[in-house]
Amino acid sequence: MIFIAVSAQAQIDTTLLRRTPADTSKRKMNMDAIYSRPTLQAGKFPVSLGGYVEANYQHLGTDGISEGHQFQFRRLTLFVSSTISSRIKFLSEIEFEPADKEISIEFAAVDVEFHPLFNLRGGMIVNPIGAFNQNHDGPKWEFTDRPISTEKMLPATWSNAGFGVYGKYYQNKWLFGYELYLTSGFDNTIIENEFNRTYLPAAKANTERFEESNNGEPLITGKVAVKNTGIGELGLSYMGGIYNKYQDDGLRLDDKRRVDVFAVDMNTSIKRTGTTFIGEYAWIFVNVPQTYSQQFGNKQHGGFLDIVQPILKNNLLGWRNAVLNLACRLEYVDYNVGRFKETGGNIGDEIWSVMPAVSFRPNPQTVFRLNYRIQKQRDIFANPAINTAGFSFGISTYF
Amino acid sequence: MNKNHFAAIALFLLLITIIISCQKFEPAAPAEDSILDGPVENLTSAQNLQHLAGDVGFNDQVFTAATGLGPVFVATSCGSCHAGDGKGHPFTTLTRFGKNDSLGRNEFDHGPQLQERAIPGYAPEKLPEGTSFAKFMPPINTGLGFIELVSEDDILAMAVGNVNNPDGVRGHPNWALLPTYIKIRPNSKNQGNRYITRFGKKASTYNLLHQTILAYNQDMGIASSFDPSDVFTLLDTDPEISDKIIRDLVFYLQTLKTPIQRDQHNSDVIRGKDLFVQIGCESCHKQTLKTGVSPVLALDNKNFHPYTDLLVHDMGPGLDDGYTEGSAKTSEWRTAPLWGLGLAPKSQGGQFFLLHDGRARSIDEAIRMHGGEALVIKNRYNALQENEKQKVIKFLNSL
Repeated sequence: MIFIAVSAQAQIDTTLLRRTPADTSKRKMNMDAIYSRPTLQAGKFPVSLGGYVEANYQHLGTDGISEGHQFQFRRLTLFVSSTISSRIKFLSEIEFEPADKEISIEFAAVDVEFHPLFNLRGGMIVNPIGAFNQNHDGPKWEFTDRPISTEKMLPATWSNAGFGVYGKYYQNKWLFGYELYLTSGFDNTIIENEFNRTYLPAAKANTERFEESNNGEPLITGKVAVKNTGIGELGLSYMGGIYNKYQDDGLRLDDKRRVDVFAVDMNTSIKRTGTTFIGEYAWIFVNVPQTYSQQFGNKQHGGFLDIVQPILKNNLLGWRNAVLNLACRLEYVDYNVGRFKETGGNIGDEIWSVMPAVSFRPNPQTVFRLNYRIQKQRDIFANPAINTAGFSFGISTYF
Repeated sequence: MNKNHFAAIALFLLLITIIISCQKFEPAAPAEDSILDGPVENLTSAQNLQHLAGDVGFNDQVFTAATGLGPVFVATSCGSCHAGDGKGHPFTTLTRFGKNDSLGRNEFDHGPQLQERAIPGYAPEKLPEGTSFAKFMPPINTGLGFIELVSEDDILAMAVGNVNNPDGVRGHPNWALLPTYIKIRPNSKNQGNRYITRFGKKASTYNLLHQTILAYNQDMGIASSFDPSDVFTLLDTDPEISDKIIRDLVFYLQTLKTPIQRDQHNSDVIRGKDLFVQIGCESCHKQTLKTGVSPVLALDNKNFHPYTDLLVHDMGPGLDDGYTEGSAKTSEWRTAPLWGLGLAPKSQGGQFFLLHDGRARSIDEAIRMHGGEALVIKNRYNALQENEKQKVIKFLNSL
């Protein structure tokens, strides 16, 4: 299909190509991120195409040991969207991650609008837990890496087959949005994995969930968000359900065990200085069998805060309104909240990171970023931290 | 060229400079004497490759139900019990029970080791009512290859040397039965079908292969071609790990460096060492042993300083847990090697858990818990001035 699309483009007059810019109106919320992307449309052809690419260089060292110079092609993501008819839309997001030898459909859903407050969505859905999972496009961020809490604690990008409803209401400066989905969900790998910790992202490896639910139980994901166009946005979200295969072929295998995730996300700007704050924090509760290992914790929490300060906005190197930003990301994750049964001592398994950054945006769709990571990680026994630090440089752009 | 172009070139040069000097901005390696892990010096390239392969097997391979874990188990990986190749933590302390020999033959079918954890859906083992048991704290791994190469003649000589010890120190090698997969060393001493064993709290395992197979099977429930028994059904099953991984892991253990003493020239440490020898600690905690012939240059005919005699000694009723292995009596324990003692808190969450089961929370407490053959020497320690005791402890902390 991609090949056909490329061929089709090659045969048309490029002047017919119409760029559909991202909607930057203040009436957009995190839940609109999937539609809030620049795309290209050819004439009256009802399909829009777009995407983004992300590539990095990094040199990180851990306690005197470095893997040296690393050149990474993180991902190429393609968007294909179409307005099928009045109030029926389709959008898909296909991601290529060569390092994982993975081509995955992250999102492919049909949206049917009955009322602005009531839309039906069905297909492959990105579960709206927190904000990053939905709003994760590389060019939107000033950092080469995704936040640790969203990728290594929460399973961004986490999508599932399912259905649900969403809607939005606005009045004056206020917007209110909600989403509610039933999808397939997690499996036993969240507590039986080679990461040796409770690890929700382990369930991403199970692609069978797009065809057959692990246990026949739906994963419920819901989110409410409120936005004031002069202040910012606040979102509260929940995702939960039975994760384990508790029966098979009518035979009982285990108790039903739940995973529940709560998240809060926010973004705001100080108008006078242009400083932007984007943050997200999540709490995970997993029913881990008492007789299993405490290596796999039943509670986790973590989050991040990005602070972005534009310091120069000017015509630079021939780019109009290019922006130079200073930024910093603060991160923390506790993968195993609790105390050892044997000693009553604190269980470690936690990570901190501070990442100062400089980013340059020749236009809103493209970002060059230079980051310096300072990271400390303690093992389950809370032994002295392992220190990691180093530079990364990357480029990411919509196309 | 205008100002902007100069700025761009300067920025580019800055990036190149950062890339070239990346390592300057990364965490330095910790001092070699402050960590336990790392290989012996002068390994060949082929030996380095095998050491690295074993490192992966030891520290990175985490077992799950899908890869053979359990179904009843103590830990999910080797590294879970030996953080940084150091001493373990009460979280991973092993429980052994019943009357046992080194073949694992025990009056209880599921002895000698308790697997107190289980994968979901299974019930873990429980201690049989009324049985005696002992808890075993995982030891440090470093220098094990040197200990493996101490000649049996030297071990016997140390036992003979104690015959007339005026302090009542005796000690003898543990003579134990060996599993059939053990290849007996040429000229290995025997008493009938029993051989001198040297590893473990009771010195009941013959070599590092024996120790490794026991750990895979009893700690993680991993069946191998060496020991194909399943810990849950007690029936033979298919190997869950390859012989190559086991061989590499054994080589990794054999080629870990010895701990490096710190503050050797500190006057208190020197005085503490003198006192240590003077009051008779060295009767058991022999400072220097010698390896035999080895194809690994760094291990071949070397003097090293483990502070053990590899013999089992009666430690008195206070340390008699009523459990034993091989020919050792229930009150007899192998002289614990003292090397790496000062680094124990770095793998035990900043605390000391000493003696065979971690009951001693400081070096001083560990000394004061000595009894039996060590009673006279302990009393000499107790009779030292407080500042002299501190010097002995400072010396022990330097190891």
